[in-house]
Amino acid sequence: MINLTIDERKVSVKEGAMILDAARELEIFIPTLCYDPRLKPYGGCRLCLVEIEGMSRPVSSCTTPVAERMVVTTHNDHLYRLRRTILELLLSDHPNDCMVCERAGDCTLQDLAYFYGLRDNRFRGEMRKFEEHDANPFIQRDMNKCVLCGKCVRVCDEVMGVNAIDFAYRGLSTRISTPYEKDLDCEFCGQCMSVCPTGALTSKVWAGEGRRRMDVKYTDTICPYCGCGCNITLHSVRDRIVKVNSRADNGNKGWLCVKGRFGYEFVNSPDRLTTPLIRREKNGDLEPATWNEAISLIAGRFEDIRYKHGPDALAGLASGRVTNEENYAFQKFFRAVIGTNNIDHCARL
Amino acid sequence: MTVENKIAVHVCNGTGGMVAGGGEVLQAFKDAFAESGVKAEIGDRCSVNGVGCRGLCAREVLVDITVGDEVTTYQYIQPDMVSRLVEEHIIGGTPVEEFMVGKDYHEFLSRQKKIVLADCGRIDPEEIDAYLDVGGYSVVEKTLKTMSPDEVIQLVKKSGLRGRGGAGFPTGVKWELCAKNKADQRYIICNSDEGDPGAVPTLIEGNPHSVIEGMTIGAYAIGADMGFVYIRTEYPLAVERLKKAIDHARERGFLGQSIHGSTFDFDIRIKLGAGAFVCGEETALISSIVGERGMPRAKPPFPADEGLWGKPTIINNTETFANLPHILRNGPEWYSSIGTETSKGTKIIALTGKVRNAGLIEVPMGTTIREIVFDIGGGIPDGKLFKAVQTGGPCGGCVPQEHLDLPVDYENLARVGSMMGSGSMVVLDETDCMVNMAAFFLAFNQAESCGKCPPCRIGTKRLFEILTGIMEGRGRKGDIELLLDLSADIMDSSLCGLGMVAPNPVVSTIRYFRHEYEAHIRHKRCPAKVCRSLLTYFIRADLCRGCGVCAKGCPVGAITGIKKEPHRIDTSACVKCGACYDTCKFNAVLKE
Repeated sequence: MINLTIDERKVSVKEGAMILDAARELEIFIPTLCYDPRLKPYGGCRLCLVEIEGMSRPVSSCTTPVAERMVVTTHNDHLYRLRRTILELLLSDHPNDCMVCERAGDCTLQDLAYFYGLRDNRFRGEMRKFEEHDANPFIQRDMNKCVLCGKCVRVCDEVMGVNAIDFAYRGLSTRISTPYEKDLDCEFCGQCMSVCPTGALTSKVWAGEGRRRMDVKYTDTICPYCGCGCNITLHSVRDRIVKVNSRADNGNKGWLCVKGRFGYEFVNSPDRLTTPLIRREKNGDLEPATWNEAISLIAGRFEDIRYKHGPDALAGLASGRVTNEENYAFQKFFRAVIGTNNIDHCARL
Repeated sequence: MTVENKIAVHVCNGTGGMVAGGGEVLQAFKDAFAESGVKAEIGDRCSVNGVGCRGLCAREVLVDITVGDEVTTYQYIQPDMVSRLVEEHIIGGTPVEEFMVGKDYHEFLSRQKKIVLADCGRIDPEEIDAYLDVGGYSVVEKTLKTMSPDEVIQLVKKSGLRGRGGAGFPTGVKWELCAKNKADQRYIICNSDEGDPGAVPTLIEGNPHSVIEGMTIGAYAIGADMGFVYIRTEYPLAVERLKKAIDHARERGFLGQSIHGSTFDFDIRIKLGAGAFVCGEETALISSIVGERGMPRAKPPFPADEGLWGKPTIINNTETFANLPHILRNGPEWYSSIGTETSKGTKIIALTGKVRNAGLIEVPMGTTIREIVFDIGGGIPDGKLFKAVQTGGPCGGCVPQEHLDLPVDYENLARVGSMMGSGSMVVLDETDCMVNMAAFFLAFNQAESCGKCPPCRIGTKRLFEILTGIMEGRGRKGDIELLLDLSADIMDSSLCGLGMVAPNPVVSTIRYFRHEYEAHIRHKRCPAKVCRSLLTYFIRADLCRGCGVCAKGCPVGAITGIKKEPHRIDTSACVKCGACYDTCKFNAVLKE
């Protein structure tokens, strides 16, 4: 263990830990935009600057490992001034359209601007004006709101191994770009979107469904799509799912795939059946029926088949689009009631 | 064949020489010698070679004709002048006076101390034998046979050699840190990603083997078996000669396995840089070599601990490597006897701007700026007054008149708010506007920011915009303070060395030329008469003869008048292009 002093408080942390980790252990708040404990240290946003006794200039606490007897200051007038200047600079090249932004209320940049009380800005000048033309069906990319924290690039590389995006150009024109600036064409896992601290990357699927609101209900559940069983959180307003995400502190660390993240439109779909349908005549149309009618018909046919050919003549295939409880009941029914092990699920890996 | 009979012709074939026609001049000499009559006259006594740059690029093409041990240097030589040189000097034995360099050329050379550049301009860089003839590769051979790696490190430490890339970190100390790390693999990198018109192209074009030899010594000291030269694509001639030199060295067994019969293996590869300024920063350079975008990362870990592909890596500048063979040949005491208390040896300086003898020079550390600008550089042309010298490249600062007697070394330059950088000096005279100059450098720095951190990416852009505002008459009270505050914050919060020094031109011009900023902001006046928006052009009625040349040349028709009577400029229509000012033969057009 390494012993150091942060803001006149002593702390012992594991060797190799960064100063920021140690400070968070002491519940000292240091602002960050580019830091994510799930990704490699980056040191790009410069907000987490701290002063170390004996060093001539501040260092980024997210990239500087702790050392024995290190004396760290995380807050003083000078650091406050540097952080404020950096935020002012970021906001001087930001659309500042929080009123209509999808991420308002859930935006780190907005939180920090609020925290530092940045109503006025000393800096004014040229702003980036990138056109939005990405025709992909899932992710809205508004690079004018990008703070270039690089989290999206890093998650795409370090976690997904896809490398669909990277930095391009230099100076103020630096931007996150796809190869040759074509439309995003990747797995659409949406990991980039999930780590974006601003409104630069948002979901087209959930757009306009409502931002962070008082009446949103959060339901932690398990993604039904495959055997991985990722943790997800359903955001619902009344009976509508308005968004799905995953918490960073769970087993799958908040990472999801394209289905787990975006594949819930069917829940609210008007095309869903609301009553059983029975085809009463050969080549006839499917006609609405009552549940009693439908269940009696199925039960009768099951019994017929089992009587004539034995229980193994029947097999059940469960769906990823129903709940785990329903899937459980379905397999129980096949094993205990029908008497066969012929039961499978569409997402068996 | 006796020495007295031997004639050697050396034609400058550095980039400067080539641009001025060095290739054609060299060919003209070869053609002349091939002619049967000439050949009969001089037989095989005469050799003709292209050589690297010897510094005074303003006088290209420079040709040395050596008869016996008498060297005659000619300047501004073109192919059509070659026949006279051959007939009169080489065959006739009488040097051609009118083509010869003047006294100032010898003054330019005599006040320098050439160690690293000593053989540039004397040996043919494309012939390995030429390097061997001046003792090349003997040092590395002796080192491999008689010294342990640690002894080499201790010797370099003792010599006091500091990195020539700008920061001036002691080379031996850096090596020791790297060598101490336990690792199965180490790398050595030569940082030739220099943007200033300086040491890199000249050294590699003029004497590439000295860099290879220096790298081999470094590699042996730290235990690296692989080296990279990271060099800009913009130096095609240097790249070509370096490739050739590496091939030749490999053929002779100076690179490859078991060098000089020892158990030490070492080879060098070239990595071309795509021209990003920030790739001179060592961590960005490493990213670029491994194929990633050239973006710096936070240190620690330092490259000496975790560098190329995560292995301990030493990155030194081209000039640093070229110093090594000389240090090992002549000993650390000899080296540390040159220079100042803290900075040893010599420094290559690219001297440009408003100075008579623009070119590349090498002087001992501690030479004053006055000596460099006035004695070696020959002073300011056209009788103009010296104003300042910008040192250290686009991220450096300016050194004004009051510090003319400052001995140039790392500490002194830093003390007056500038830096050594890669050693460029741009001389500015009274007609240079310091606000304009700061904006010029900031335009470069902000465009070259890699974009990783906001203070550098947006901050330098905002600095540039404030400066532009001041130049265009939109300066407001408080702008100077805002520039200083923002500069200080950028320097303190940026991630890498680029952001740390990018605001330097602003800070140092405000430090020494605040009055110029104030004149721009308060009085909307540019004292050096450079900032176009703040100038007014007018015609002095008493001097104007009414010739009408200015009116004809005015692109917006802002000048009116009757022939042979004084004309006048409509200032509301004038776009301040300066065409009238340049064309008036009677100096009747003034700008204020």
